[in-house]
Amino acid sequence: MPLDSGETLGPITLAYETYGTLNAERSNAILICHALSGDAHAAGLSPDGKVGWWDDCIGPGKAFDTNKYFVVCSNVIGGCQGSTGPSSINPRTGKPYALGFPVITIADMVRAQRHLIDHLGIEKLLAVAGGSMGGMQVLQWTVSCPERVRAALPLATTARHSPMLIAFSEVGRQAIFADPNWRGGNYYDDGARPNTGLALARMIGHITYLSEESMHQKFGRRLQGRENYGYDFCTEFAVESYLHYKGNRFTERFDANSYLYITKAMDYFDLANGHGSLAQAFARSAEIMYLVVSFTSDWLYPSYHSKELVSALTAVGADVTYCNLQSTWGHDAFLLEVETMTRLIADFLERVVAHHHILLP
Amino acid sequence: MTQFPLRPDLLAIAELVSPGEKVLDLGCGDGTLLRYLIDTRQIVGRGVELDEANVLACVRKGLSVRQGNLDEGLRDYPDQSFDTVILSQTLPYLDNPAFIICEMLRVGQRALISFANWGHWRCRLELLLHGRMPQAPALPQAWDAAPRARPLTVRDFIEFCAREHITITRSIYLGEADRRLRAARLGENIRAAVAIFEVR
Repeated sequence: MPLDSGETLGPITLAYETYGTLNAERSNAILICHALSGDAHAAGLSPDGKVGWWDDCIGPGKAFDTNKYFVVCSNVIGGCQGSTGPSSINPRTGKPYALGFPVITIADMVRAQRHLIDHLGIEKLLAVAGGSMGGMQVLQWTVSCPERVRAALPLATTARHSPMLIAFSEVGRQAIFADPNWRGGNYYDDGARPNTGLALARMIGHITYLSEESMHQKFGRRLQGRENYGYDFCTEFAVESYLHYKGNRFTERFDANSYLYITKAMDYFDLANGHGSLAQAFARSAEIMYLVVSFTSDWLYPSYHSKELVSALTAVGADVTYCNLQSTWGHDAFLLEVETMTRLIADFLERVVAHHHILLP
Repeated sequence: MTQFPLRPDLLAIAELVSPGEKVLDLGCGDGTLLRYLIDTRQIVGRGVELDEANVLACVRKGLSVRQGNLDEGLRDYPDQSFDTVILSQTLPYLDNPAFIICEMLRVGQRALISFANWGHWRCRLELLLHGRMPQAPALPQAWDAAPRARPLTVRDFIEFCAREHITITRSIYLGEADRRLRAARLGENIRAAVAIFEVR
């Protein structure tokens, strides 16, 4: 498969899961795109008992109602949870790609997903949905192949990665580079992995997913495992303990090189690039129905990013519904405001189904 | 799906809309009017609304709606991209009504504007006899209530249109108890509780 960088990648494996049943017309399929650290396991229980990352919203009677829709979630290329990425074996060398893996973009991720949708025999998706980096893929879908999408749900996302977001990405990457176990990315052969660097990158990430208010609510100034200040540098505040826990847990399931590649893909994301303006990028997307959602306390992808998106879509005459939901949860709100999201998504999808006269199973 | 009975001032607006029109409703509230227009006149409708609960109500009604204030909402629409732009009972709440009305006529071929009339005789008597700031019969809201409303009368609006070279092509007046006043008779500014104007 050709990549934006000019290089090619292949063969490609894409991990995916599906829920619900495809109708006879193959017109009720919804593609779910995951965020930075997500995977194909979006809903239900995995064989080892793990709940899917968006199980709150995908399932019978939920926002993406699997009694009605055929839901597909695929892992992105560059990832490390079953899809081809830097930890996969390079067929040319017989060893893991490591930094020999080509740099990929959001458009490359979508290119790979398109092969999956072809493979599933779906000509036109009822909807593409996702939050954060998932939202970038959603937007990319509507620009790269608008003729294959009826509706798009970009949630808590942006049309271009801002300098602040690039800055956070870079600090995360530098944390990994600085880990002596990283060794130029060639750490797959023996046991020592750049876990300290990866955990630190994840800790930074988690700060950006919360809001000051949600940190107040969640942790306050509470101490963890201590009654009084220890006057030392041990982990003592609850928020510190939370970040350490999240960082360490992340190293159990995520590959440091994948983190480098995926954050880089996000940094390169700029929909208007090569089109002149955002509105021109959406020039062929006017037939798609959009539901754009932002959250008031999301400072990582603030609502004006979504408003910019809505402005461009309005200018091309697209049918766009926009909601800036009140929430204290920060960027994570798209996963946590379940009640409002369920209502909003279900109602919106119902309109898409009615508008296109889709026959549901 | 429409809630009945439709408010008489909304019904009066709806009667001015032709089947199949493209309609933008500014400050569309819970979407009652747009839904009615879609159901009865098969219009293509878009709404702009500030309040989150109202936006959710609109989506539930199967409407395409943008959350935002009207300045933001209007700026993005290309010139003459709608047949009709509606501003129903929202005019007194606007910070910059002259700008919004001009914008409405930029994006739409015509605007339908309804508002409560403070020129009503009850308002005049209230101020004259009791010295209290009158509340419009169609918008009974105390001076200290939020959001702040800026009172206007039918005459104010007519004079504004003349000044701004906006043409009033139709006017409908509803009296108390929502009875429609015959346009030929004088004294609308004294008798009308609600006025509806079609301007171009």
